[in-house]
Amino acid sequence: MSLELSMHTRPQVPLEAELLGPDKTLGLDSKAVSGLQIQHGNEQVTVGDFFKVKGKGEGAIHLEGDLARVKLLGSGMTTGKLHIHGDVGEHLGVGMSGGEITVDGNAGDWVGPEMAGGRIVIKGNAKHLAGSAYRGSAAGMLGGEIFIHGHAKNEIGHGMRNGLIVIGGNAGDFTGVNMLAGTIVVLGEMGIRSGAGMKRGSIITMNPAEMLPTFSYDCIYHPVYLRLLFRALRTQGFNISDAKLTGKYQRWSGDSVELNKGEILVFTP
Amino acid sequence: MASTLRFVNGRVYDPANNIDGEVRDICIKNGKVVDSLPDDTPSIDASGMVIMPGGVDIHSHIAGPKVNLARKLQPEDHRHDPHPGTNFTRSGSGGTVPSTFATGYRYATLGYTTVMEAAVTPIGALHTVEELHDTPVIDKGFYLLLGNNIYLQTLLKEGRHDEFKQAVGWWINKTKAYTAKLVNPGGDEPWKGKRNSNVTDIDEKSDLLNISPRDVIEAFVKTVNELGLPHPPHIHCNNLGHSGNYKTTLETMKTAGDLRMHLAHIQFHSYGGEPGKNPDSKAVEIAEYVNTHPNITCDVGQVMFGKSTIMTADAPLAYLLRGFKKGKWVNADAECESGCGILPFSYQEHVFTHALQWAIGLELFLLSEDPWRIMLSTDHPNGGSFMSYPKLIRLLMDKEFRKEEIGKVNQKAIAKTNLPSLDREYTLNEIAIISRAAPARALNLKHKGQLGPGADADITIYDDQEDKEMMFNAPRYVIKSGEMVIEDHEFRNDYYGKILHSAPEFDEEISEDIRPFFEKYYSIEFENYGVADHYLHEHEIIPRVSS
Repeated sequence: MSLELSMHTRPQVPLEAELLGPDKTLGLDSKAVSGLQIQHGNEQVTVGDFFKVKGKGEGAIHLEGDLARVKLLGSGMTTGKLHIHGDVGEHLGVGMSGGEITVDGNAGDWVGPEMAGGRIVIKGNAKHLAGSAYRGSAAGMLGGEIFIHGHAKNEIGHGMRNGLIVIGGNAGDFTGVNMLAGTIVVLGEMGIRSGAGMKRGSIITMNPAEMLPTFSYDCIYHPVYLRLLFRALRTQGFNISDAKLTGKYQRWSGDSVELNKGEILVFTP
Repeated sequence: MASTLRFVNGRVYDPANNIDGEVRDICIKNGKVVDSLPDDTPSIDASGMVIMPGGVDIHSHIAGPKVNLARKLQPEDHRHDPHPGTNFTRSGSGGTVPSTFATGYRYATLGYTTVMEAAVTPIGALHTVEELHDTPVIDKGFYLLLGNNIYLQTLLKEGRHDEFKQAVGWWINKTKAYTAKLVNPGGDEPWKGKRNSNVTDIDEKSDLLNISPRDVIEAFVKTVNELGLPHPPHIHCNNLGHSGNYKTTLETMKTAGDLRMHLAHIQFHSYGGEPGKNPDSKAVEIAEYVNTHPNITCDVGQVMFGKSTIMTADAPLAYLLRGFKKGKWVNADAECESGCGILPFSYQEHVFTHALQWAIGLELFLLSEDPWRIMLSTDHPNGGSFMSYPKLIRLLMDKEFRKEEIGKVNQKAIAKTNLPSLDREYTLNEIAIISRAAPARALNLKHKGQLGPGADADITIYDDQEDKEMMFNAPRYVIKSGEMVIEDHEFRNDYYGKILHSAPEFDEEISEDIRPFFEKYYSIEFENYGVADHYLHEHEIIPRVSS
């Protein structure tokens, strides 16, 4: 039986729940999990002060309730499953290297910052800076996958070095800013200044996008790998039409203020 | 407050008083070491422990605008190294440039009780003093950057030597500094005027003011001596880090004649080879000169592998280094006084130059015949954090460990040095000299670096262990001015040390000469410049010394 936590008291200020990961609770019974010390603002509380805990830590956790004020869930996660039946707060899956996090609702800022592996699926919307580098760090997401079925806001994949981010809806400004490598797919529309300062990597979008003057137009073609990528994304529940699967894409290269080895692919019906 | 403390049966290393590992009692009363205490005073058994004076770091960068800029530049460094508070101490953040609180506490956990900040611009002095107030445990002071000061250089050019002396006196007093620091003397101004220009020879006259670095150095050596500042001019020579710079270093030392001079992080100035090509080691030549000239003192500026932060007033150097690293960096201008450059850096074992720098530092330590004049430093955080001192001490004390470490680094670099043939091992007494007694003597801090009656009760007590890195990493007791700050490896007290500064005599009239220059070129008001007396909290004026 997996671990089930349902929130009985809504926190006034964010709870810092980095201890709540399937690997960190492995082998703990409900009593032990209830007794785990977590930070609530500037005071130490126990998990039991806010959650009703059932079951036993066997590699999967289900969380229920309004978790919009619960931060840092699944930090440093290496394995197992974390399922959030509702909204979740900031800093989800910080630096995770394995396992899977599923959020049925919306997520806050900083989904999977500096993550190195594993998968995060957000069924709703996410806010700013998914898959990004923390301020000051040289590199953001190092690997793994982030699937956001709804919309996302600014600076998605800031400084990302590897891995895949897919946004089912629209993305805000500065998508893939300072990207080092990796792939970002935006099925909706992108805001302005996409790929600013990118060195390498690919940003793929299905709608016309405003290009920075430091990006130059190359050609229209059909990149073969997109067919493979999109087929895989279909299995994840993303709606991609056959036209897009086989269609042609404009290729823009940039950012020429940096290496100029990045690309933005824009679907051309 | 426990006003008396007595430690019995500890092995005492107090080189200033010729005590080398003798088992004796140490008595403390009212913040000072005393001869004896009444028999009924409770005592703490220190058998199996080593008692030394508190450490004195003669060259470190711990406070001021450039240090703060380095903190701001590296949030990632702090995130990975939080410094939690305890019941007695405040929290902070670590990394290569820790926050003020963490700096003080971390120095204390290594047994250091006095630290000198090595480069402060006059315009940044107030900021520095404010930060030093928030740096706990340690006593502290700072050296004032005067080597690229346009006003002073103009006086030199015009041959107004008496005004020069008065002006140096004015600046030291005005900012509550300890002594004068010269960084790449004469080199920053040309660089600020024209991209990529710098002086490359000690006798090269700058286009701007037509004076050479040697003119500047000579003037300061003479003036600091005449003013009787407790520490001679603290010099970062020209050409730091460039191949073939050992010639500049030798010439700089010759400029002192037989007057006192301190050379900072001399390791960075001991390279042979052709400019622009790979360096080799000239540690032998440098060590020989220092060994045979008792007026020279220096600190090594050892490079330790791992992360560091280059921070220097040598702006052209930082500009050069930013080309290698291609990461983030900062260059800043300090009005008419100095430049500044900062970049995060890391020294790696497999890189030829880094391994060579590491080896040259160790060579200098091992070739030194007089530990009183070649002192321990890593030029924190330039060569590495002060937190790596224990490892450095082990490298000096344990030749088997050193051999292992030599095996791990770039062998081509090692082949350019004499390091493998040096079998010397430092003794505990010599370590006590290079990390305590010698810096205190070079700074003329008569009450520090020693445990004779009347000395400040700044004391560190280590468990005697085979592994010297472990031993110096965690003193069992640290006493600051008679207060037990660390007991059984844990903080039991918070303590705020004082600011040490000099107050040389000078002619007040000089300020009327400086004022018009100031009002013409500076961005702040003359009245707001410097550190007014009411900004100082606890402080001590170190009396003038006669040469």
